Formats: sequence, C-alpha cells, structure tokens
Amino acid sequence: MKGLPSFKHGVHPPENKDITSGIPSRRFPFPKEVILPLSQHIGTPAKALVKPGDRVERGDVIAEAAGFISSTVHATAAGTVKAIELWPHPNGSMAPSIRIAVDPTSSQMRRSRIVPRWQDVPEEQLSKEIAKAGIVGLGGAAFPSHVKLCPPKDQPVEVLLINGCECEPYLTSDHRVMLEQPEKVYDGIRIALRALGITRCVIGIEANKPDAIEMMRKTKPDDLDATVQPLTVKYPQGAEKMLIKAVMGHEVPSGSLPSAVGAMVQNVATAANVAAVFETGHPLIERIITVTGRGIRKPGNWKIPFGTKLRDVIEHCGGLTEDAQEIVFGGPMMGQGQANLDIPILKATGGILILTKDECKRQDIMPCIRCGKCLEACPVFLNPQLMGALAKAERYEEMVEEANLNDCMLCGSCSFVCPSNIPLSQWFVMSKSQLRKLAS
Amino acid sequence: MTGYPILDSALVLGSVGLFFGFLIAMVNKKFQVWEDPRIDDVEDLLPSTNCGACGQPGCRAFAEAVVSGKEQPSSCTVMGAEDVEDVAAYLGVDAGEANKRVARLLCAGGRKEAAQISDYSGLESCKAAAAVAGGGKGCNWGCLGLADCEDACLLDAIYMNDDELPVVIPDLCTACNDCVVACPKDLFVLMPIEQKLIVQCKNLLKGDAAEDLCSVACNACNRCVADSEPGVIEMIDNLAVINYEMNDLTDPKALSRCPTGAIVWVEGQQFQESSAELEKKVV
Repeated sequence: MKGLPSFKHGVHPPENKDITSGIPSRRFPFPKEVILPLSQHIGTPAKALVKPGDRVERGDVIAEAAGFISSTVHATAAGTVKAIELWPHPNGSMAPSIRIAVDPTSSQMRRSRIVPRWQDVPEEQLSKEIAKAGIVGLGGAAFPSHVKLCPPKDQPVEVLLINGCECEPYLTSDHRVMLEQPEKVYDGIRIALRALGITRCVIGIEANKPDAIEMMRKTKPDDLDATVQPLTVKYPQGAEKMLIKAVMGHEVPSGSLPSAVGAMVQNVATAANVAAVFETGHPLIERIITVTGRGIRKPGNWKIPFGTKLRDVIEHCGGLTEDAQEIVFGGPMMGQGQANLDIPILKATGGILILTKDECKRQDIMPCIRCGKCLEACPVFLNPQLMGALAKAERYEEMVEEANLNDCMLCGSCSFVCPSNIPLSQWFVMSKSQLRKLAS
Repeated sequence: MTGYPILDSALVLGSVGLFFGFLIAMVNKKFQVWEDPRIDDVEDLLPSTNCGACGQPGCRAFAEAVVSGKEQPSSCTVMGAEDVEDVAAYLGVDAGEANKRVARLLCAGGRKEAAQISDYSGLESCKAAAAVAGGGKGCNWGCLGLADCEDACLLDAIYMNDDELPVVIPDLCTACNDCVVACPKDLFVLMPIEQKLIVQCKNLLKGDAAEDLCSVACNACNRCVADSEPGVIEMIDNLAVINYEMNDLTDPKALSRCPTGAIVWVEGQQFQESSAELEKKVV
C-alpha cells in the first residue's frame, strides 16, 4: 500500500466492511407507508404540490424545489396522500412531511416517459434535467447536484473527480454500486463531463476495495479520458478536500469550493443515478443503503425507497439483537445517532448502523493532557484541543475567528484518537448548532 | 553643590517631588470631571449582583440612570421593597411601580410525564443533546432535563426537581434572561408575576399524537378557549396561546375542563414540590 497517493494526517479506524461488502444489493419490499419530509438536505425546503386524498404514482413530483439550493421531492411508491403534517426527522426535529399510504395492490410500475438522449441535450439544459429528477449528492451531505454542476464562471472546472473512497467504516453501499453498476457510473461521468464542458476524469478508490478497482478498470470505455486511481486506506480519504489533495496534490483554500483549484467531486452513486435519469427518465426515489453492524440479525445492502420508516427496515432485516444499543444513520465516525424508530430514510442516508452494547460503552471523560494527538489526526490542520477548550467555555464566536471552526467538517478523527475520551467532535457539533441559533 | 551628597540628593528629589506635586494639583483642578456624589451612595445601596435584569450594563450604570432620573428605583428587581424605598427616600423620588418579572418554563413534561423513547448517553448538556437527534424524549419541544439553565443561573434561582424539571424560585429570580439564552429548546420566557394563567407546553401536535408523547401536553382540544372570555386564549398551530394584553380577564376557570393539565394557574412558583425536596431544602 506504500506509495499510493494520500493526504497528511488522518486516522485508521477498524474497517468492519466485511460484514456486508460481499452481499449483493437486493430490492427492498415496499412498506405500508412512506414519509417524505419536504426538507431532505441543506437549503430551502421544497413546496408541497399535493393535498391529502390525492392519488400519486411512483416517481410523481409531489413537492417542487423552492429556490436554487433546493431539490424536487418525488413519490417513492404509488398510493394515496394521507396527510401533510409534522413528523420526526432524522436531524432530531419535527419537520413537515408528506405521508403516503402505499397501495398494496399497485404494480409499482413507473409512468413511462419520453427520455431525451443526453448526447442531444444542450449542455446548460443538462443540469436543469438533473434538478428536475431531484438528484442530490449521495455521499452524505446531500447537496443538490445541479448546484454543483454550475460552478462559478471565474473558476472553471478542469477535472471531474469521482469519489469511490467510502472511507467510513462499515459502509459498503458505494462499493456495491461500483461492482454492480459500473456502466451506469461511466454513463453518469459522461453526462457530468458534458454538463461541465470538460473531458478529464479521475476515479479515486481506496485500496481496500481491490475488486471495485478491478471492475472499474475492466469496464472503462476506451474513448473516455478517465483514470482509476487507487488511494491509501485512511480516514477521511473520502472527504472532498482530502480526495482533491490526494489525487491532484492541491489544497483547497479555507472557505473556498473545490472549483477554486479547478476540481469537482461527485460520488459514484450520484453518477450512477444521473445516468439512470437519462436512461429511464426516472427520478431519484431509491438508493443502495447498507444495513449493518453487530446489532442487526441480517445485515445487507438494500435498494430502499426513500421514506421507508426505520422500523420497517429493521423488521425486514431480521430485527435487532438483544444487545443492540445504538442506531446510527451513516457511519460510526460522522453518522448521527437516532432516537426515534419512526423516522424515514432520506436521500442522504448512506447506511444504517446498529451498534451493540460492547461497541458503544461510555467511557469517563478525563482532563486533556496536551499530548497533541488530535492535532496530528486533524486532516484540515486545526487545533481541536484549543477548539475544545473554547467550546467548553461557550466562546463560540472565538472558535470561528481564532480556531477556524468553519473549516472543521466534523470527521471525528480528533475524538477517535483522544486518549482522555474527550468528546471533541460532539462539542463542535454543539458549537455549530449554537452558532446557527445565534445567527438566526 | 553643597558638598554633602546626602543633601544633594534630598534637594534634587525634593524639588522634583514638589514640581510634580504642583503639576498633579494643577491637572486635577484643570481637568476635573464633576460627578454626582449621590451615584456612589446609590450604588452602595444596590445589591451589586450586576445581573443586568434592569436593562443596564451593571449596578453602577443603573445607579447613574436612577440619579439622573432616567430609571425608577423599582426597575431593579433584585432589591426587596424596603431597599427600593431606601433608594427612593435617599433621592427623594417616587419609587415607581414594582414590576416583578420571573422566568417561566413552558414545559411540564418531566421524566414521569413525557414518554422516553431512547436513552441519551452523550455529553451532559442540553445543548449537546439537542444537537444529537433532539435528546431522548419523544416530544421534540420539551425540556431535556440536563440542567443547562441551572448552570447558567448565577443567582441559584433554578434547581432541578425529582422530575428532572428546572424549578424557578420567584423570590430569587431577577428576570436577567440568562436561562432564556441557555435553553436550546427556548422554553423559558420572562413574565410579569401577575400573569398567572400559563400554558406549560410548546408541543405543536394535536389530539392523541400530542398525548402519546406527554401526559401533560396541550392536545389542542379548544376547551380552555371556550371556557374563558372571548379573545383571551387563542388556538395557534395546535397550541393554546394566551393574549396577555387581556391579562385582567384571565380566570382560573379556563383550566376547569383541560383534559391534560397543560394550562395552569400559577401563584408564585411553578411545579409542586415533593416532600422529599422540601426536606432537602430545610436541611
């Protein structure tokens, strides 16, 4: 593994990917009810277009984007709109959501559509089509893809980076996408390249997925200027800025977008879904989600329609084991702990991880001994020790001004290495939410 | 020079001292700023908590405002009535209407009342819990019970009761706003003490959905609206909201038919104390 490109600092958490990496993805049965929050990611919540009692088909638009950084919501199963009301949201709040009672007799066939050949669609129209299909980045932040595909005019993108790192432990959904749909990934790359008006593309994959690297190399079309680049296995290799550093050697300046160094990063699953839009005309209504961890009886990779309740997913996967303790949306490093089994799966949900009692034992928080391990772990070269001290003293503004809290992406590397078990990243999550509250 | 080194130094130092002494005396005369001596005296009479509840940056600033007539002595809510009279008598002004305000918690869903759907085991802080899936309670609006307000209160006017709800002691509360800022769920409001009808709930759900989460939730049944004078209580977003401009018309009969006890008539302190807590306080 020596000699592969990477970034400086970072950590090596246990991978635990072998639980699900070998399990092919399967279609999840349609649940009795789907819950679709109007706000699925950062940006403006969508505006509902349906009312209770309306009949909707799978793939119909039920809420339209309200602004540029916003994306369309589609019905993920055919049925009847039951209500539009407050419902628990994975971010911990109660959010206005559309509840659809799924029709058990429906064939769940999608309406047939006329699909334009993407080769004939004008470049500037491509991102609009992608916006209409409700495509968002499936790497974790669920940033609307059409916004990314329109970089600032003064910062032209030269290279498209496709992110197949999946550095979060446990998660294998991107791994399965690369193994099962490599042609779709390449089609998605072609469409994104056309939208951006460039030709160069690099696919970054961590070296712990040799089968995915092999598959992507084997299926690479000859006429495409693409390189499959194996990367050092290190967390957080899949973070946008770390990937750019590893592949291109450039550092994205603090506070800038990747386009500042002429790069744009898309996740492999996003690319595959972009291709699906122009192949079938169907919007983003389901994705491959890894259900994993030692706390679930039947782990696996599932194609789950968005809006499926966590309760239904767990039930279908054999239920929880006796010693299951914590349910996390996402991976163990950056995922969010969940309190409610009624919350729906969202576009941003890449994995559902169920940890057991032994795995999430709470340890006593000891005083900081100033060993500096957190500084050596931080991939963006911040001083977590200083930020932690400021967070403890509730000096949130100083954390931004003196310690560059805004550059912290909450990767959790500092908490992972801290020998005193100081929950640094939880402090930073708290500080960021407090700052948001102060700003509003 | 005199030939005696000791005299030399005494002379030089003495004349330098005299020169600067005159200089200081002159500067003092020339640049003197006259300050009302009553400000110091009034400041001595004030409680020196610098709590900011009066709206001034501290007790000194409040003393200046009182002496200049911009504020009335009763604006200081920390002083007792006698101390207010002392200040008023010293200055020979009207004490003003005492307008005692206290912090009220708009949630009564403690550990016994609110449904607990999961265990939160992270940082022992409401702010941190609120950032992680909203804490362990099923109700998204309710008190998290991790005592950020108790920590924020400099006057020890807040303590956590057996039910894990913060209790505000009205006699100690100065309405300084610290708990209002500390609460991540925005459950504290500062209210004049004569506003006695309070809806102790912020849950925006209605009917069984609200009651499933908490036994003392407002389920938007509208009975209190019907039982009070028109316009006093209004149902806004499934929550009874009291129009305090019509405070004179509020009546305890508004709570007579409340099925959950979300609306209450508070004389003094919120939440009944258990005998064990009272014992603790006596000890």
